[in-house]
Amino acid sequence: MQQVSYFELIGFGPNGWGWSLLIATGMTLAVALCGFLAGSVVGTLVAWAKLSRNVAARSLADGYTTILRGIPDLLVIYLFYFGGSAALSAIGSLFGAEGFIGVPAFVTGALAIGIVSGAYQAEVFRGAYQVVGRGEIEAARSVGMHRWLMFRRIIAPQVLRYAIPGLGNTWQLVLKESALISVTGLVELLRQSHIAAGSTRRPFDFYITAAVLYLAITWVSTYLFQRAETHSMRGMRRAS
Amino acid sequence: MDFAFMRDTFLQLMTGVPLTLNLAFTSVAFGAVFAMLLALMRMSNVRVLDGIARTYVFVFRGTPLLVQIFLIYYGLGQFRPVLQEWGLWSFFREPYWCAVLALTLNTAAYASEIFRGGLQAVPHQQVEAARACGMSGFLLFRRIIFPIALRQALPAYGSEIILMVKATSLASIITMMEITGLAAKLISQTFRAVEVFIVAGAIYLVLNFVITRIIMAVEWWLSPHLRRPPAIEPKLEAAHV
Repeated sequence: MQQVSYFELIGFGPNGWGWSLLIATGMTLAVALCGFLAGSVVGTLVAWAKLSRNVAARSLADGYTTILRGIPDLLVIYLFYFGGSAALSAIGSLFGAEGFIGVPAFVTGALAIGIVSGAYQAEVFRGAYQVVGRGEIEAARSVGMHRWLMFRRIIAPQVLRYAIPGLGNTWQLVLKESALISVTGLVELLRQSHIAAGSTRRPFDFYITAAVLYLAITWVSTYLFQRAETHSMRGMRRAS
Repeated sequence: MDFAFMRDTFLQLMTGVPLTLNLAFTSVAFGAVFAMLLALMRMSNVRVLDGIARTYVFVFRGTPLLVQIFLIYYGLGQFRPVLQEWGLWSFFREPYWCAVLALTLNTAAYASEIFRGGLQAVPHQQVEAARACGMSGFLLFRRIIFPIALRQALPAYGSEIILMVKATSLASIITMMEITGLAAKLISQTFRAVEVFIVAGAIYLVLNFVITRIIMAVEWWLSPHLRRPPAIEPKLEAAHV
């Protein structure tokens, strides 16, 4: 048997896995992005609960972040994958559907990532909110802004500005966590490499390619977050 | 909620605790030594050493741990004849050692940055004072720099240890039957994801809680200068009678 060269193997030719790997990279980005956005929504709500004066809301939110940050992400993914399907099947049987209904792996993955990263983002948002000056909020109140308007015009833009570095870290976590979704069978970058490695018996070549692609994504997103940070800080005086 | 089932689950999952702790502590211990080496390389002012350490940290922090585990466990199988020739195959054949190696390399990258931060936070005056007393080289490092750096780095290093305990769950993907591996097996046998999740999650939370407490205790023990001195009871002694 003639050995195919590495570049032919990952290239775009007839023996190449190039397109499959690129599509899988797109899938990784998509599931990570959806998970990250879901996490932003969860994180905002949890941060709001943490900052509220309601004791019940605050302790619920504290419990949520403590639990989610103390449990392996893989367990949460298993819960969503198996638990979600069991719940759907149960609901399905109420409506007369027979048998097992599986939750799409993409939805499971994005939700699981969202729930986990929400716990991290909540802390990021809470920290950023506490940096926003009390005076700004008082000023907004005194010119008669309502809560929603004040949130949209005063709080959200400033919280986002201070949250960018923390969000950048969370994004990196989410990106790496998305590799765990491969256990549910979603064909993202790692799963695709696994498939390719199995069918060509060249595991090292494919996993190292996957590692390079992950590195490329990390590198580009670090750059983008740095750009966003300098852009958002352009009007700020820097203490030196 | 079926409490009898949860009790059985708990008893079964507890058998995975030793392996989880074993993986975590072995890799944290090896990783700490390697991380110290990397941190010293970063601070050595030798361009080549600094560059190597920098690249290492970038690569291992920028790729998912699961990819690193697969690369070592499945990937190195591609070079089996070579590894057999070198007598390393018996090491890379074992999922346990592959998991330990991947976790060690991974935590070393993260911990080296934490250690570097700690080392750089050692006040200059302390080092100068030590030099003035005639200490240098390894003695200076062992007596002055290392203890201060350790104290500075401990809070961040504590969360790295917790992350490692969580990361051991990935070893279950390469057939290690630690807590998560057993939980996944139970879930696929019984399809009772919620109950198993609650029990497994609770075990992890307790483990992490205990570890956090131990780290806090070490921190307290290492910083006597930050504690308030014990109140001295005024003694009523007739000294000048």
